[in-house]
Amino acid sequence: MSTRTIATLVAMALLAVLPPIFFYTGNAFWLDLATRLTILAIAAVSLNLILGYGGLVSFGHAAYVGLGAYAVGIPAYHWLYGGLESLGLATTSGLVQIPLAMVVCALFALVTGAICLRTKGVYFIMITMAFAQMVYYASVSIEEYGGDDGLVIDTRSELPGLNLDNPIQLFGLAYLSLVVAMLIVRMITRSRFGMVLRGAKGNAERVQMMGLNPYAYRLTAYVISGAMAGYAGALLGNFTTFISPEMMDWTRSGELMFMVILGGASTTGGPVLGAAAFIILEEVLSHFTIYWHLPFGLLLIAVVLFTRGGLMGFFRGRK
Amino acid sequence: MSILETKGLMKSFGGIRATDDLTLSVEQGELHAIIGPNGAGKTTLITQLCGTQMPDAGTIHFKGRDITALAPDKRARLGITRSFQITSLIPDMTVLENIALAVQAREGSSYRFIRAAAGIPAIRDRAMALLERVGLAEKAEIETRALSHGEHRHMEIAIALASRAELMLLDEPMAGLGPEESARMVDLLTELKGQHTIVLIEHDMDAVFALADRISVLVYGHIIATGDPASIRANKEVEAAYLGEEA
Repeated sequence: MSTRTIATLVAMALLAVLPPIFFYTGNAFWLDLATRLTILAIAAVSLNLILGYGGLVSFGHAAYVGLGAYAVGIPAYHWLYGGLESLGLATTSGLVQIPLAMVVCALFALVTGAICLRTKGVYFIMITMAFAQMVYYASVSIEEYGGDDGLVIDTRSELPGLNLDNPIQLFGLAYLSLVVAMLIVRMITRSRFGMVLRGAKGNAERVQMMGLNPYAYRLTAYVISGAMAGYAGALLGNFTTFISPEMMDWTRSGELMFMVILGGASTTGGPVLGAAAFIILEEVLSHFTIYWHLPFGLLLIAVVLFTRGGLMGFFRGRK
Repeated sequence: MSILETKGLMKSFGGIRATDDLTLSVEQGELHAIIGPNGAGKTTLITQLCGTQMPDAGTIHFKGRDITALAPDKRARLGITRSFQITSLIPDMTVLENIALAVQAREGSSYRFIRAAAGIPAIRDRAMALLERVGLAEKAEIETRALSHGEHRHMEIAIALASRAELMLLDEPMAGLGPEESARMVDLLTELKGQHTIVLIEHDMDAVFALADRISVLVYGHIIATGDPASIRANKEVEAAYLGEEA
């Protein structure tokens, strides 16, 4: 077993054990932190599929998280205040909301990805960001759903056998989802599909000369990644019980990117380590000083500069 | 029977005519070398044959089918592969992964998400066999960027072979190789000759005259002569345009 695998397993074990301890010892605050961390880690894992393995630096991933959250909030809103019954979208059922979140995000990824993936490098970064900002401004302008004041989710998603109002159950769902997300990305990136994706990152022209069209594979990965981020968004909506356009701002996309790069792109556990480090550091530093952004930023720069391959770079070892 | 035919191919970059009314016919099974001075438009011709650049005018037929407007990956699927003058591999994958990707590209769909690619014996075994053939088997698990230039050139050939291409376009496979590595490459090409149709662009004249069935001479984007090595050697026009410079 490589040291990286061990590091990932240790991190996942800690994340499984600590939150229940927080819960039963009455540390609701730390449980909250762990749940948020876990949900953002799912989003980071999904981003890693395209950013890390695909080499596609998407600067608009927060849009998917936001869309996913709205896919929980809007049906819940109509369930309470009426409207959309004919579409079956006035509901608090998680079995409707969560698939809705994933389908909406997959479609958004398909349409925008089809355009974005025709560009390269810095243009790709800018155009993914532009599409995300489009969603951001759209959500600001829709008054019915609160505009830039945001939308309160009065009722959490209802799932059979689960009560998401119970914080430890919500955490449990998030944790299991994270494990599944990691396993899915690991499986995909090792498959034949993943080989093409990784090959196209290293040398797209060569892959095309082998008879494989990188565009189609990248678009597929882009859609998978978007749907996973939408799922994370649906969980986040249930966690915060409040959605605002601010969740989709480009700075949020930047944070997700940072989690991936900080932890170690194109590794299974990297995005989780990155998300954990990001959230915990943010929390700890903000206790010491209101100017916590400064040391935080410096620390992040130091990690990127001095560890090749992010935090996972510390655990480099032989297979 | 000709497997590849171009008619009246034209390609300009700004004011420069890199390809000028180029008509070429490659016979099935032959090793057809294209020689010409630097800047004659050899690589530009290859890029048009494999589809990364579109000609401004003219047609390209492969096995009787018009492929002039076809994308590179579609041409690859029809059976055209190329190697690159400047080594073009996937640097952050292992040697084996590079070859395995080329093998899997040939073996059915790559839209397979579940099974680990490294665990598929059919792909792995064939990739290993190809590495064996070009003499790189013991380097299989090494990251590609760590190999020498000469080894990269041999990987290029292995990838071309993996595609089971009927037509191999080899762009200066001997560029930058030392004498020993060159000799190994000539041996390898001699072995491949007859099994595949090969269009070879090469500056190493000894190698070209030893290997080629026919030679076309490209000058300023235009083919001034085509023939077997003996007749090209005897051609006065060719001598003036090209060989004479070196003499």
